[in-house]
Amino acid sequence: MTAPTPQDQPQRDHLVSALVRDEPRVLTRITSLFGRRGYNIKSLSVGSTEHPGVSRMTFVVTGDRGVVEQAMRQLEKLHDVVRIIDHSLEKYVDRELVLVKVAITPESRVEVRQIAEDFRARIVDVGRHALTFEVTGDEGKITAFIEQMRPFGILETMRTGRIALTRGSNADIPSHVYHGGETETLRPVVESVEPREERARGVPNLF
Amino acid sequence: MTQGDMTGAKALWATLVGHGITTVFGYPGGAIMPVYDALTFYPEMRHVLARHEQGAIHAAEGWAKATGEIGVCLATSGPGATNLVTGLADAMMDSVPLLAITGNVARHLMGTDAFQEADITGITLPITKHNYVVRDVEELPQVIAEAIRIARSGRPGPVLVDIPKDIQLAPYHGEIARPHARPEAPDPAPEAIARAHELLRGAKKPVIMVGGGALDAAADITALARAWDIPVITTLMGLGVFPASDPLWLGMPGMHGSVAANRAISEADVLLGIGLRFDDRVTGRVNGFAPNAAIIHVELDAAEIGKIVRTHVPVRGDAGAAARLLAEGAQKLELPEWQAQVEEWKSRTAQPDHWGAAYGVQAVVERLRPDDILSSDVGQHQMLAAQLARFEKPRRWLNSGGLGTMGFGFPAAIGAALAEPGVRSVVIAGDGGFQMTAQELATLKMYDIRNVKICIINNSYLGMVRQWQEMFHERRYSEVWLGDSNPDFLKLADAYDVPGYRASSAEELPAAIDAWLSDPKSALLEVVVPHEHAVFPMVPAGAALSEMIESEPPRAPTPGTRKNAAAEEANNA
Ligand SMILES: Cc1ncc(C[n+]2csc(CCOP(=O)(O)OP(=O)(O)O)c2C)c(N)n1
Repeated sequence: MTAPTPQDQPQRDHLVSALVRDEPRVLTRITSLFGRRGYNIKSLSVGSTEHPGVSRMTFVVTGDRGVVEQAMRQLEKLHDVVRIIDHSLEKYVDRELVLVKVAITPESRVEVRQIAEDFRARIVDVGRHALTFEVTGDEGKITAFIEQMRPFGILETMRTGRIALTRGSNADIPSHVYHGGETETLRPVVESVEPREERARGVPNLF
Repeated sequence: MTQGDMTGAKALWATLVGHGITTVFGYPGGAIMPVYDALTFYPEMRHVLARHEQGAIHAAEGWAKATGEIGVCLATSGPGATNLVTGLADAMMDSVPLLAITGNVARHLMGTDAFQEADITGITLPITKHNYVVRDVEELPQVIAEAIRIARSGRPGPVLVDIPKDIQLAPYHGEIARPHARPEAPDPAPEAIARAHELLRGAKKPVIMVGGGALDAAADITALARAWDIPVITTLMGLGVFPASDPLWLGMPGMHGSVAANRAISEADVLLGIGLRFDDRVTGRVNGFAPNAAIIHVELDAAEIGKIVRTHVPVRGDAGAAARLLAEGAQKLELPEWQAQVEEWKSRTAQPDHWGAAYGVQAVVERLRPDDILSSDVGQHQMLAAQLARFEKPRRWLNSGGLGTMGFGFPAAIGAALAEPGVRSVVIAGDGGFQMTAQELATLKMYDIRNVKICIINNSYLGMVRQWQEMFHERRYSEVWLGDSNPDFLKLADAYDVPGYRASSAEELPAAIDAWLSDPKSALLEVVVPHEHAVFPMVPAGAALSEMIESEPPRAPTPGTRKNAAAEEANNA
């Protein structure tokens, strides 16, 4: 009758987004929670959202389903966390941006450029002995690109970490919210978050 | 007072007063002096000066644990703030609603390693439910109101608000924030209740287990258990949720739990857990916990469901609401075999019959009245008190369950005594733990608090550690002997005008207890007991509940192997 141990289930990557209040120390609060409980964050990207006062973080966490679910529930308890979205429960689009610096020689130059073209990678810097490419795409495409370039000699890479959004042609197709079980739209929840500057105003008087 | 006089510090007090807060525990210092200055304008607010910030925060915890209302404490920056750390961690573990307010250096000095600066919000990040630095005076009342709401809502916990000194001094022009309504707990899902009903109806060996999350649902849980006729186990944190006088009560589970509770868990086919988090001191080895049971877990905090034990029916919601729904349509289960089995286990509860710590604790707790509050420190005396006391009501038992904080018991009893001046607030402490916050005797004297009764079980050892050394380290007693260096506790009490009594034998004990309890003032009783005494039953760490050792095994005399010859000699004497 024990909780599932990591051996019981396959370890895999889980893609999760958190909508959080845009306040000091939010990132520390979240990463320290992960650290304390021994969950490793494989990638993390943070940016602002269309709603003032709300930022969006996207994580990749590795572990079995039980471990990741526990991590999400712990996150959900933080006051700064407005909503958790588990992308594995929905259809989503995800992207990652990577910069790759590849060594070139006069002989390999043409071949390297040809492969890059096949991947729609853009050249962002040209040197005598190296080309730097920018590639965007899902994880598979980026991994494939790096594998293709590896034989030529990869000098440096930098990846942004994955970002994701729920699929849907209309803005009103909601994201699947982690805990609630059934799908609900995010908008009313997010709108209840007041931007910091506005919080002090309009406090009702009791005395 | 006109708006023109308002400062951040006054706005703080006005907000606290507006939230119905009547008492705060604290200790002043440079970075919070404007707040202490503003206090003089609020005579309706009682400030209790402790002798150490740890005393102040445990007193605030005692207040909160006894009443269920939020406890408030105050400290200055740097060392004042860091002295709150233990209490914050304690409140976090035991879900105590607490507001800690700290002063800090002025904003322009923050982050410069200024005198008495500490990054207290950084330090307390993992041990608070939430924390704030107030960076704009116009935000201050709203932040306090929000902090109080967060501390009290959902699973309660500690919230810290750090206020830079310049913000305390800044003129304040806004309104005073009013209390937020407490958010309603989610209603348990009907399907979950239906599945739980089904399991209960088919149960042959059911048991209910309740924890500290059910403290405010005692009446509903009692009705539920009686309606189905299911035996009830109360965890260390849940003692008092179910009346001990009810024949259905089986005692406490876990490491020092009762035979009946631990055996019933090991045999049960359905275990209904309400408001508890399956702490490892309760479960023993997790894969040996309730090995045959389908587990129904009622819990407000979703993160606790499935965290430690596999849950067959998760019921998310308020304990009281869930208990009421589960009691609906209940029919008494007719399970004579299970009842007979449980009765047999219950009969194995031994009453202490020879002089020792258990005898002393038993004599004290059997004199408690149902309204009395019993606060304990941490150690053998705590486990004995938990085993032997008979609580009829919730919120009469204060102790540090999750963190196991020595030094908690006495200041917590002071907090409870101030919250309920008409009630006796009895402390049971060890000679070790009492000395961690003994300076709070001064608080008794300063406020002429008359309803605190301190009992020190003096075994001259750090008893619980000694017990482990005895059982698991071949009696190598390493750094646990206190006997030669303990103060004369009666003289110590006398130094603070607290009357003291002593008993060193079973014969002396009744008269000493009478004199101690009938003293019109707060008083101290020292019960001098034999040095070596172990608490049983015991489930060794890492063992399953079914591997419980029921009573003390016969002991082969082992010669002292470690430097503590003094202790050995004392033992052999
Ligand atoms: C602050 C703190 N330090 C250390 C411990 C470890 N510890 C647990 S029980 C115990 C012994 C307590 O001795 P005493 O207060 O004399 O009580 P007894 O066990 O003898 O009843 C110790 C040292 C603790 N729980 N808390």
